[in-house]
Amino acid sequence: MIAFFDTRKNPKLAWVGIALITLALLLLPFAAALVGTAWVRVLNFALLYIMLALGLNIVVGFAGLLDLGYIAFYAVGAYVYALLASPHFGLHWPFWVVLPIGAMVACLFGVLLGAPTLKLRGDYLAIVTLGFGEIIRIFLNNLNTPVNITNGPQGINLIDPFSFGSFSFSRNEKIAGIDFSGPQKYYFLLLAITVLIIVINVRLQNSRLGRAWEAIREDEVAAQAMGINTRNVKLLAFAMGASFAGVAGGMFSATQAFVSPESFGLFESIIVLSMVVLGGMGNIPGVILGAVLLTVFPEFLRYTMEPLQSQLFGRVIVAAETVRLLVFGIALVAVMLYRPAGLWPSEVRKRELTREDNGAAK
Amino acid sequence: MDIFIQQIINGLTLGSIYALVALGYTMVYGIIGLINFAHGEVVMIGAMIVLSVVSGLVGAHLPLPPFLIIFAGLAVAVPACMGIAYAMEKVAYRPLRKAPRLAPLITAIGMSIILQNLAMMIWGRNYLTFPNLIEPQPIAIWGATITDLQIAIILLAALMMAGLVLLVQKTRLGMAMRATAQNPQVAGLMGIDINTVISAAFMIGAALAAVAGLMVMSYYGIAHYYMGFLLGLKAFTAAVLGGIGNLAGAMLGGVLLGIIEALGAGYIGDITGGVLGSNYQDVFAFFVLILVLVFRPSGLLGERIGDRA
Amino acid sequence: MSETLLDAKELSKRFGGVQALSEVGFSIRQGEIYGLIGPNGAGKTSLFNVLTGIYQPESGSVGFCGKSLLGLKPNQVAERGIARTFQNIRLFANLSALENVMIGRHVRTRAGVFGAIFRDAGTLAEERAIERRAVELLHYVGIADRANDLARHLPYGDQRRLEIARALATEPRLLALDEPAAGMNATETRELRTLLGGIRDDGTTILLIEHDMKLVMNLCDRVLVLDYGRKIAEAAAAEIQRDPKVIAAYLGGEVETAGAAKGTAQ
Repeated sequence: MIAFFDTRKNPKLAWVGIALITLALLLLPFAAALVGTAWVRVLNFALLYIMLALGLNIVVGFAGLLDLGYIAFYAVGAYVYALLASPHFGLHWPFWVVLPIGAMVACLFGVLLGAPTLKLRGDYLAIVTLGFGEIIRIFLNNLNTPVNITNGPQGINLIDPFSFGSFSFSRNEKIAGIDFSGPQKYYFLLLAITVLIIVINVRLQNSRLGRAWEAIREDEVAAQAMGINTRNVKLLAFAMGASFAGVAGGMFSATQAFVSPESFGLFESIIVLSMVVLGGMGNIPGVILGAVLLTVFPEFLRYTMEPLQSQLFGRVIVAAETVRLLVFGIALVAVMLYRPAGLWPSEVRKRELTREDNGAAK
Repeated sequence: MDIFIQQIINGLTLGSIYALVALGYTMVYGIIGLINFAHGEVVMIGAMIVLSVVSGLVGAHLPLPPFLIIFAGLAVAVPACMGIAYAMEKVAYRPLRKAPRLAPLITAIGMSIILQNLAMMIWGRNYLTFPNLIEPQPIAIWGATITDLQIAIILLAALMMAGLVLLVQKTRLGMAMRATAQNPQVAGLMGIDINTVISAAFMIGAALAAVAGLMVMSYYGIAHYYMGFLLGLKAFTAAVLGGIGNLAGAMLGGVLLGIIEALGAGYIGDITGGVLGSNYQDVFAFFVLILVLVFRPSGLLGERIGDRA
Repeated sequence: MSETLLDAKELSKRFGGVQALSEVGFSIRQGEIYGLIGPNGAGKTSLFNVLTGIYQPESGSVGFCGKSLLGLKPNQVAERGIARTFQNIRLFANLSALENVMIGRHVRTRAGVFGAIFRDAGTLAEERAIERRAVELLHYVGIADRANDLARHLPYGDQRRLEIARALATEPRLLALDEPAAGMNATETRELRTLLGGIRDDGTTILLIEHDMKLVMNLCDRVLVLDYGRKIAEAAAAEIQRDPKVIAAYLGGEVETAGAAKGTAQ
């Protein structure tokens, strides 16, 4: 289906397709607002999760490293932003300074975690990264004594929105005759950054570095024998993934105006992993699809299930949240059993995870 | 020094529970190389079932001695957990035995989520209290106190571990398990039904888990649908600490981890001059895990494992 | 007399109770095809793994182009100029043949993260050069028509050739091949012989583990014979055939050529 957009093969069709999609994306927040203002926020969340999923895709999909604590980097980015642009410390640095700092701090944590642990075998690495994610969350939850750094479980609120000059992203205003709500303004910024991240990911995949990652995923011993410094290359995957999460985290802070350790638990890590796995590991369009599906569908469930239950039974028996997670769990098991390469697999992954695999080259 | 003995006692109690759960992890990992992510949830389900049975019996005001009530709880919980473990293995892990490591790890995570949320749906989100059937009696010893509950936990755990060792060393099933752990293919060629052995490993682990669930619940007095996650992770740490795949290692690792945690929680205030408090207790397990895996991945009693995948 | 490319002295390697290598010493001269033979379990692949940095020897030394190889990691060894293939073929199974060879170019190219993201002129030129060279190498080993096929879909003989192409992409001074003819029929083996001869003529020294004695005798200039981790002979191919120690080591094992192992005079 990617061939649909291959501008070299069929320029007219491809460009028309791209134009249509661009138009749809530009109109989307306004269409969503018609259904309900909350839906614009859902769109923004979808974009944030796309960023996260793409970042994790570098680690899990390209390099084949299982990271179960990825959300820790998101948390770092979010808290860096919250600490530097809120009343908490009285610092109000502008977003174009704080976002890069958040990315760099997250990147640093990625390197700190990766350096001693990347030599571990697959499942051990998974558990260690999980532990790391929990450690970060526990520290965020408890660093309010003796010195109040993170404000503990109460979190940090009144975080500054993005703004430059007198233009603020949180205010509703009229631009060129069109009404833009705060979330809608954020939408366009998030969309731009997401597109940028997609482009970066595509370029990384089709580069010397991307090939090195895939080589490591396929056969680490052979990759080393061909001169690839597997340790550094793996570290680079971790660092890049962490940086993307850091950027997304900063944006999360600003759009929410509030952060607390609750948002950064193991389940969030697993949800992002699910997006990558269900969407199609290593395949950029697949991962985007996974992120969109897993953000929108639960909201859709909540929107319909609870009123439906109230109508049928007079009350909500099962909260949408519980069902959402239950469906996640079932989906994870089902996908691994029946469609292990994901909904939209790259050709590569499909062959690797199909169980009847016994090619001579393995 | 005054709290030292006390923390050792507490650590020993907690460690015995960790050891029971760690045995489940280590048996499964030893035979099929899978980290059974959902094992912690089996502990939780065991606890919840016991709670339901016990609460039901207590609520019905039947004139039964406490031990019988608890035994009834276990009589339901243990087979139920064994059944769940058997089903889990058959449905989610067996089909993926030949798949790359990533696949069963993800299904294990999926199963963990499913069990947690089923529990939440059945038992609700709130913390549930375990009816206080027997009031724990403290006994003074060496300047600290130990309750009869703690003694009971330690003894029962030791008994079960001894039973497991007997099973593994002296019975045919145990021999089959050891053979399969060493070399599944050859074991199969020798006529051992691998599927039976693997199911047995899961089910035995689940039985131990159910008992551990009861212990945790009576020790802390509460049960909660999320209680399995952290406990499971710590027990896994214990298994790795002792040497994954190694029964003695799981027992040693469990007890050791319990003691490290208890001592750490007790002394962390002093060590860090009040900066960090005992609310960081959970972090110890994770740090131990990372340190062990980075510096001595084979654990205390395990053989050297190569790092190459 | 051509110069010494690789010089190994008294290499020893032990695994638990097994002495895989016991004071093995030999030298490889520039431009020759050097064979390594011995019964199964003699330590041939272990020697390869020591040379290429996968194992570190307990004692002994290895000098390559004048510098020591001890303590180097496999990727550093590749950088120094030794490339290898594997006994059990280790291709990047789910990548195409072309991509496999392109990855071989990794060690001689430089583009990093910034090059990947910004695609500057230098990076783009390098990428084009990598692809060009990879195509050339596929032609060189004779599988250019399979460039876009996944490595695991290639027939067995082509997979072995691909592995050689990938190794050549690293521009090695020494190409170390672990049983490249294993599983090949007579025709394929002949073609392999031509290919390897061509590689040597084009300037790359070759170190070759093989069980196919006909190939070894026809191709190799000199041969090292190992048995139970010890060196039992190092000489020109023709002499090795007649060496009684070598014949004794092989007696009772696989016989590839009628005369050699049974002691019949050649």
